Amino acid sequence: MSTEITQQAHAATIQTDVHGHHEGDHGHHHEESFISKYVFSQDHKMIAKQFLITGMIWGIIGGLFSVLFRLQLGYPDMSFPFLEDMFGKWAAGGRISNEFYYSLVTMHGTILVFFVLTAGLSGTFANFLIPLQVGARDMASPFLNMLSYWFFFLASCIMFASLFLQTGPASGGWTIYPPLSALGQASEGSKLGMDFWLISMAMFIVSSLLGGLNYITTILNMRTKGMSMTRMPLTIWAIFFTAVLGVLSFPVLLSGAILLLFDRNLGTSFYLSEIVVKGEILPNEGGSAILFQHLFWFLGHPEVYIILMPALGMVSEILSVNSRKPIFGYLAMVGSLFAIAILAFLVWAHHMFVTGLNPFLGAFFVLLTLLIAVPSAIKVFNWLTTIWRGNLRFTPAMLFAIGFVSLFISGGLTGIFLGNSTLDIHLHDTYFVVAHFHIVMGVASMFGMFAGVYHWYPKMYGRYMNNTLAYIHFWVSLAGAYLIFWPMHYFGLAGMPRRYTDWSNWQSFNMFTDANRVISTVAMVVFAVQLLFIFNFFYSIWKGRKVTTQNPWGANTLEWTAPIRPGHGNWPGEIPEVHRWAYDYGKDGREFVSQVEPVSDSESKH
Amino acid sequence: MSTASVAQVETKWWTGGKSPFNVEYGKLMMWYFLMSDAFTFGAFLISYGTIRFSQNYWPDPNEVFNAFPFAGHANLPLAFVSLMTFILIVSSVTMVLAVHAGHHNDRKGVIKWMIWTIVGGAAFLGCQAWEWTHLITGDHAVLLNGKLEHIGTTVSRNPWGAAMPGMMHDGHPVSTTGPVAFGGYFFGITGFHGFHVFSGVIINIIMLIMTMNGTFDRRGHYLMIEKAGLYWHFVDLVWVFVFLCFYLI
Ligand code: HEM
Ligand SMILES: [Cu+2]
Repeated sequence: MSTEITQQAHAATIQTDVHGHHEGDHGHHHEESFISKYVFSQDHKMIAKQFLITGMIWGIIGGLFSVLFRLQLGYPDMSFPFLEDMFGKWAAGGRISNEFYYSLVTMHGTILVFFVLTAGLSGTFANFLIPLQVGARDMASPFLNMLSYWFFFLASCIMFASLFLQTGPASGGWTIYPPLSALGQASEGSKLGMDFWLISMAMFIVSSLLGGLNYITTILNMRTKGMSMTRMPLTIWAIFFTAVLGVLSFPVLLSGAILLLFDRNLGTSFYLSEIVVKGEILPNEGGSAILFQHLFWFLGHPEVYIILMPALGMVSEILSVNSRKPIFGYLAMVGSLFAIAILAFLVWAHHMFVTGLNPFLGAFFVLLTLLIAVPSAIKVFNWLTTIWRGNLRFTPAMLFAIGFVSLFISGGLTGIFLGNSTLDIHLHDTYFVVAHFHIVMGVASMFGMFAGVYHWYPKMYGRYMNNTLAYIHFWVSLAGAYLIFWPMHYFGLAGMPRRYTDWSNWQSFNMFTDANRVISTVAMVVFAVQLLFIFNFFYSIWKGRKVTTQNPWGANTLEWTAPIRPGHGNWPGEIPEVHRWAYDYGKDGREFVSQVEPVSDSESKH
Repeated sequence: MSTASVAQVETKWWTGGKSPFNVEYGKLMMWYFLMSDAFTFGAFLISYGTIRFSQNYWPDPNEVFNAFPFAGHANLPLAFVSLMTFILIVSSVTMVLAVHAGHHNDRKGVIKWMIWTIVGGAAFLGCQAWEWTHLITGDHAVLLNGKLEHIGTTVSRNPWGAAMPGMMHDGHPVSTTGPVAFGGYFFGITGFHGFHVFSGVIINIIMLIMTMNGTFDRRGHYLMIEKAGLYWHFVDLVWVFVFLCFYLI
């Protein structure tokens, strides 16, 4: 008994410790300078915007790269003099050179996977939503949070600088497999560009670590009174598991990257053994290139879920809010996120079925990989039952959320093909894989991100984005995504390999020439529409319709109880106390019941 | 679903408004950071294991690590590394004492024990520097491409191969070259660990200065010392695994 009392006393002191300085901060009004408000800001909301806008800039760059290499793939026999004007020797004669092509694909993958869909997506919404939705003044450590952004910025600068190196940026694919990536003499992109890539990623890992630690501790330690774990919105659960995945898998990539740096610069032989490059016999012996693949994919596979999970959470929230119905199967949703997070660590070798992996071992990875279909199917089922007979409001966010579900189904199904090691012998490294991961990860997570931006924009800027532009954005992107990636499944089934600049030497693939042309054209249109989104975003910051009510979507979660433009500290007075879960929509004849409303005696149980 | 929404969830620690583990956020963060760091070391050690067991031959640590400063050519297998390990463990003990003094807000005690911890860390780093130098510069006669050569242990060369039966040079047996992975992993992993010790010493020095300035007295608690302590113990624990993998097995 007495220990219990001291425990509680202890908890109380810690409590003041945790919230103390923010509360103090908040009481008196203080002027902030431009620098501390917009640049070295420690306000989670501003940091979120920094991540978002940096991510958008990267998105334009990465997207532009894909347009460039699609020009080559769609029109292999044409020459574009403007390319030579812009890129000089990299596009001599108006054609994208092989080296340039590989640099473009590598950078496209790296930028989109890490800088846009990891930092841009998690960084934005974890920062923006965690304190607002769990009811905290800010992150556990606003300072480390700020550092997290600035390490990302540093990583961005290094990666960006690598684009301008004389020998070009890294060009061994986003998975940077050695020996190609380890040997400068093997390709231009494996020279300085590769070192830049590795150092940039090391900075990126530091950023993601600082961010992740903050997200986890804030969610565990800083929930407001009454916000038990099972009352948290699904967004927060998803971000929580995302952060755990990041904290435990990125360090393994760090190890892999460090060893690769050593192989490149110090003459070690971690990944190298008995290699001949251009007639020269290298002295390295005893290393294993497969080892790198293990280290890479131990991160790489969780990474794809790091990208996906925030989208899963936001989509759950947005579907429920805009169907005016409780999310179907809340605990099943949490459970399936948990299952996905666990399984994400146990399936990495499905990327390595054809590298000489022992088929006996492969069998276990097939089993575990296919198991992921179970929690994925639970989620899809619950989303569909959530919107089933709902009172749907087709806001842009809702449309993107529904689009997300569609893409997740399409891409998930092809995952099941790939997860069978026997089928994968045929499908590996073909366009089937490209189609699979672009639909399920690339486009789907992009859609989740767009849904999030449209939904929380009023909270971020106190204004709405333009709906007409948003609808154009949605329909063109959705149609475009399927037009671009659906045909690629057939290319892959026919055996067309990925990572080739030119297939014209293969008679058998000439039948896809027209389809490739269509894909390239659509890709340009879709890219243009993304610029429309960017325009809409920035235009609306200053000119958008103003938000006049605190809770424009009629949502239950805590962020909508804060002022329209919350200051640093989020709530002017006390942090609200939570009395119920986040999904009381359409209950007892009321459209929505905010989380802060106490449960009355007359209220029905579910 | 119903339990989550309407029914009162009366778990004592998890209902929000307090820390469920009864720890301050910084300590929680430190724990998660250490978990993350454990994965980095884990990846290194597992890589080392897979490569090592794919080789036909691996040097015997008792032969490689048998030197001691100022002991000439005396054969003292693992004596020096035992001393290093002892130093690091003792520094962990002094760290415990510093944390303990912090609990009693005993500034003098904290200062004293932090100084000893810093000395221990620095001594360990010094030992490591000596060991590395000895390995890199200590020549051994090997038969390389049919010629007799003297080479030290580096990341791309390894003189600790199997002995050439019956071949002697200057009274020492001549061997073939050994697997280069030995040096790569040895310097790579002990270097990465040494880097951690180095960071730990820096952190401890900062803690010491903050203590001497009375920062923690003003705050009323020595939580920062506890967090530095967690890190220091972790670095110590990692060494135990490094020691096991490189020197004992
Ligand atoms: C039922 C679920 C899924 C299964 C069974 C599955 C299975 C697979 C398999 C076996 C591969 C390797 C194909 C090969 O290279 O031959 C693969 C590739 C890939 N998957 Fe999935 N997947 C699933 C869902 C997802 C999700 C949800 C994401 C992302 C959010 C994702 C992202 C990727 C990526 C990025 C690649 C290719 C990486 C590369 O080689 O560049 N997959 N998938
Ligand atoms: Cu995977």
